[in-house]
Amino acid sequence: MAYDYAKYLRAGKIPHIWCPGCGYGIIMKSIIRAVDGLGMNKDDLVFTSGIGCASRLPGYIDANTLHTTHGRSLGFATGVKMAKPELNVIALGGDGDMTAIGGNHFIHACRRNIDITCLVFNNYIYGMTGGQYSPTTPKAARATTSPYGNSDNQFDIAQLAIGAGASFVARSTTYHAVPMEKLIKQAIEHKGFSVVEIIAGCPTGYGRKNKLASPAGMIEWQKANSVNKVQWDKMTAEEQAGKFPIGVLHQEEKPEFIEAYDANVGLS
Amino acid sequence: MAKAEKIEIYVNLCKGCEICVELCPVDALEMKDFKAAVKDLDKCIACMQCELRCPDFAIEVYKQ
Repeated sequence: MAYDYAKYLRAGKIPHIWCPGCGYGIIMKSIIRAVDGLGMNKDDLVFTSGIGCASRLPGYIDANTLHTTHGRSLGFATGVKMAKPELNVIALGGDGDMTAIGGNHFIHACRRNIDITCLVFNNYIYGMTGGQYSPTTPKAARATTSPYGNSDNQFDIAQLAIGAGASFVARSTTYHAVPMEKLIKQAIEHKGFSVVEIIAGCPTGYGRKNKLASPAGMIEWQKANSVNKVQWDKMTAEEQAGKFPIGVLHQEEKPEFIEAYDANVGLS
Repeated sequence: MAKAEKIEIYVNLCKGCEICVELCPVDALEMKDFKAAVKDLDKCIACMQCELRCPDFAIEVYKQ
């Protein structure tokens, strides 16, 4: 029996707007399998998103969803969580939404360690607006705003989250669809702020300008350049060049914000 | 080895990105009129690579 995704999808909304070969559909399927695997009630589940290709995702999922202003996914998610702490809140956004426009919301939500799951879809480009370079575009990569190659250094979203104080940080790719599902499950179950960075392909905005135009080629690229965290720790700096670690990168137990808040104001 | 009983392809959902065709390890799928199509059902080993990575909910593999 094939997997029944339809029970978590809004009827009549599929096909989605994403381009042919966009990795975001693969991520949406992994998210649905993760929340279904945890046996979550749709009424207890909240998705918030900002603006961008990734942020269209809550429109397709049949749960409580908020499509908010650019970069403010985590701001709205914090409000929802504070008002109703019993809900499971998943805030999602793209690389630009979370680390550029919503950069301050992102680092301060990490610092606050509030019990929200944050999924960052990293496709290395601003896809919806026409392929401008984003904070995660690799150095020398081409975009419509960097026709001679990008001069900026690249953000490492997972390292940024660890540095800012998130208590669970993981990374996956669209090639690793099943491990991604398990990481999302772990992130949802983790008490505290959890970040999962998911590398996805954007064949239209990024691939065509960087000799990776085939969607399957982008998925193969992810397979070839990702290294499991256990293996990554044994590698030398030369071997690590150009590759990135995947899996659980950081996990710690820290006081959670809502519990600390309730204790301070005498509610618990 | 596992076998597939049926591979369902929803042509109205398929956007023709070719991910399933290129990732299939046994060459059981092909492109027909810019959409995915089953080439040889007997070759399919029901590994689910195509179903897992289809971004468009367009392909379903039913195991035997």
